[in-house]
Amino acid sequence: MSILVNRDTRVVCQGITGSAGSFHSRQMLAYGTSLVAGVTPGKGGTRFEDKVPVFDTLSQAVRETRANASVIFVPPPFAADAILEAVAAELPLVICITEGIPINDMVRVKRAMTGSATRLIGPNCPGIITPGECKIGIMPGHIHKPGRIGIVSRSGPLTYEAVHQVTQLGLGQSTAIGIGGDPVHGLNFVDCMKLFAADPGTDAVILIGEIGGGEEEDAAAWIATNYRKPVVGFIAGATAPPGKRMGHAGAIISGGKGSAADKFGALRKAGVHIASGPHELGTTLRSVLKA
Amino acid sequence: MKIHEYQAKEILRGFGVAVPKGKLVASAEEAVAAARELMAGGKPIVVVKAQIHAGGRGKGGGVKLARSPEEAGEIFKKMIGMQLVTHQTGPAGQKVRKIYLEEGCDIARELYLGITLDRGTGRNTFMASAEGGVEIEEVAAKHPEKILREGVDPVVGLSGFQSRDLAFGLGLSGAAVASFGKFAAAMYQAYDATDASIVEINPLVVTRQGEVIALDAKINFDDNALFRHKDLSALRDADEEDPREAQAKEHDLSYVGLEGNIGCMVNGAGLAMSTMDMIKLAGGQPANFLDVGGGADEAKVTAAFKLLLADPQVKAVLVNIFGGIMKCDVIAAGIIAAAKQVKLDVPLVVRLEGTNVKEGKALLASSGLPIINADDLGDAARKAVAAVTP
Repeated sequence: MSILVNRDTRVVCQGITGSAGSFHSRQMLAYGTSLVAGVTPGKGGTRFEDKVPVFDTLSQAVRETRANASVIFVPPPFAADAILEAVAAELPLVICITEGIPINDMVRVKRAMTGSATRLIGPNCPGIITPGECKIGIMPGHIHKPGRIGIVSRSGPLTYEAVHQVTQLGLGQSTAIGIGGDPVHGLNFVDCMKLFAADPGTDAVILIGEIGGGEEEDAAAWIATNYRKPVVGFIAGATAPPGKRMGHAGAIISGGKGSAADKFGALRKAGVHIASGPHELGTTLRSVLKA
Repeated sequence: MKIHEYQAKEILRGFGVAVPKGKLVASAEEAVAAARELMAGGKPIVVVKAQIHAGGRGKGGGVKLARSPEEAGEIFKKMIGMQLVTHQTGPAGQKVRKIYLEEGCDIARELYLGITLDRGTGRNTFMASAEGGVEIEEVAAKHPEKILREGVDPVVGLSGFQSRDLAFGLGLSGAAVASFGKFAAAMYQAYDATDASIVEINPLVVTRQGEVIALDAKINFDDNALFRHKDLSALRDADEEDPREAQAKEHDLSYVGLEGNIGCMVNGAGLAMSTMDMIKLAGGQPANFLDVGGGADEAKVTAAFKLLLADPQVKAVLVNIFGGIMKCDVIAAGIIAAAKQVKLDVPLVVRLEGTNVKEGKALLASSGLPIINADDLGDAARKAVAAVTP
C-alpha cells in the first residue's frame, strides 16, 4: 500500500521539453512511471522520446490521455501559472518541482486554490515516490525499495538520506514525499501524517523538518493526540544563525521563532523518537522497531 | 535583498507613503547646504542618519540631532567612516559610507507598523503595535497580545475596515485615523508592487497635527522576484554584504558566510544545514553554508569550489552530495576543473551518493587529487574535523 501515488497514477509533465523536464522525464520513464503526456506550449503534436505525446495545453493533455497527476518543471517566472493550469484542469494531484518561485505568486496560488479539490505538493521539492510503482520528481530511483516505512521531509537530499538508510536496513518505503522548502506551499506535515495514519501499508514514519515556520510544531501537536504508529524525527539547522535565510526561502529563524531547539522540543514531547543526526535516521528507526 | 533607509523611503514616497523630507549627502559641505534647506522656515533641528544595512543605529551613535547647518556638517565629519556597532552588526561593526539628512518632525506618538508573510495563513499580514521605536521581537516575545494583525487577501487587497481596525486598535482618533488608512494602503501598494518580503516602519510617528509619517523605514525584497524588478536590483549595495556572499550571488549560489574554518559545498538547503550541524556535533566549526542547488552545471560547481578555496578562513573543504537532480559526475568534474585553476592546498573530504555516483567516484579517483573519501555524513564530518585539528 501507499499514499497519493501508485501503479494506477497517470502522469503528465508540464515543461517536458526543458532541460530538467526532459532529463527527469526520461528517468521517470526508466523507473516505470506511467508518464502518459507532456505539455510544452507550441510543441503540441510532437512526441517526447518518440513515445510520449506532447500537447500545447494541459487541458488537451488531460482530455486525451486521462492523466490524473501532473509534475511541473516550468521555470520560476511561469511556474505559478502552470500550477493554476493544473488546478483548472481539476487534476487531483499536482507536484511542482520548480525552485525559486516568487513568494507573492504562491500567495496568490494558495488563494486561488481555496475550495479546490486539487492537492499540491511543493513547490521547490523533490516530488513523491511509491517505490516499484510510481516515481514523480527528481529523486534517484535506485536507492528506493518497496516497503512499509513512510518518509516526509521539507528537503530533497535529506529525504534521500532517509530513504537510503531505510533501504540499507533491508526495510523499504511505502511512500516518500518531499513537501518542499518554500514558505507558502501545498501539503504540509500534518496532511501527510494523516495520509500515513490511514494507510495500512505504513508501519512507521520518518519526519524530517528544518528551521523556520511552525509546521513541525503543528505536526507534533497532531501526532501527540492522533498518531499511534512510531515516528522518527530530525530537524536540520540547529547551528543556523538567526535572521539568515539558509537557502530555502522558508528556512529562516525570524522574530525568535522557528528554531531547531523549539521544533526538537515539540517533537520529543509528542513522543517522536529523535535521531541525533541525519546519518542516524535509519539506526534510530531500527531501534524503535525492535523495541 | 536588503536596501538602505534612504532608498526605502524614496520607494515609499513614490507610492504615496508619507515620509519626511531628506537628502543623501556625500560631504560636510553638502551636509551643511542640505541642512540649511531642510531647516528653512525656522525648523529647529535636522537629523543626521548613518546608512548601513542594520537596525539599532540610534543606540550605536548612528543617528544624531543637529541644531544648526554647521553642526550637521560637524556631525557628518565624525560619522562618515566610523565603525558603527549595533546589536545586528556583530562586534566589528559596519563602516559608515553613506549619510542621510532628514527634517525633524513634531512627534506625539511612536508606533510600529510592518507587513510580511504569515506562513501559517499564507497571507501577507500587517502587524501593528502601540509600542513603537523598540525591538518588535521583544514585544512579540513578552506581550504577543500587544501586536495587532490583519492578513491581506491578495485578490481584494487591504480593505478600509482592516485599516480602521488597526487604527482604532492603536488608539488613534480624529484626523489620525484617516491619515493612518491612507498610509497603510499606500504601504501595502509598495509592498505588493515591489515584491517585498518585509516593509517595516519603526517608528511610525503620529505628529501633533495628527499626521502619520514614517520616521524610519526598512524594506527587504524577495530574491526570487528580483528578475522582474531590474530597477530594484540596481539598489544592491555590495559594500554592505559579506564579500563572500556578494561573490556567491554573482554565480547564483546560495551562500551564507559563517565564522568557522571548514568550507562546505552541499546540494540542497536541508542537507547543507545538516552538514553544518554535523560538523559542530563532531567538534568543528563550519566556515559557511553553501547550497549549489539542483540544476548546477560544471561551471557553477567550479565557481562554488573556487569560492571556498579563496576564503582565507577555510582550512579544509567538505563536499557532501546526495545527487537527485544534481548528478555526482557533474560535481566531480567541477571539483577537478577548479583544482586545475587554483591550487588545492587544504584537505578535501568528499562524500558522494545518488544519481551517477559511480561515474562521479571514478572521475575523482582518476583525477589524482588527494581526496579523503567518506562513507556517510557522520564519517565525512568527523574526517573534516580531524583534518583541521592539529
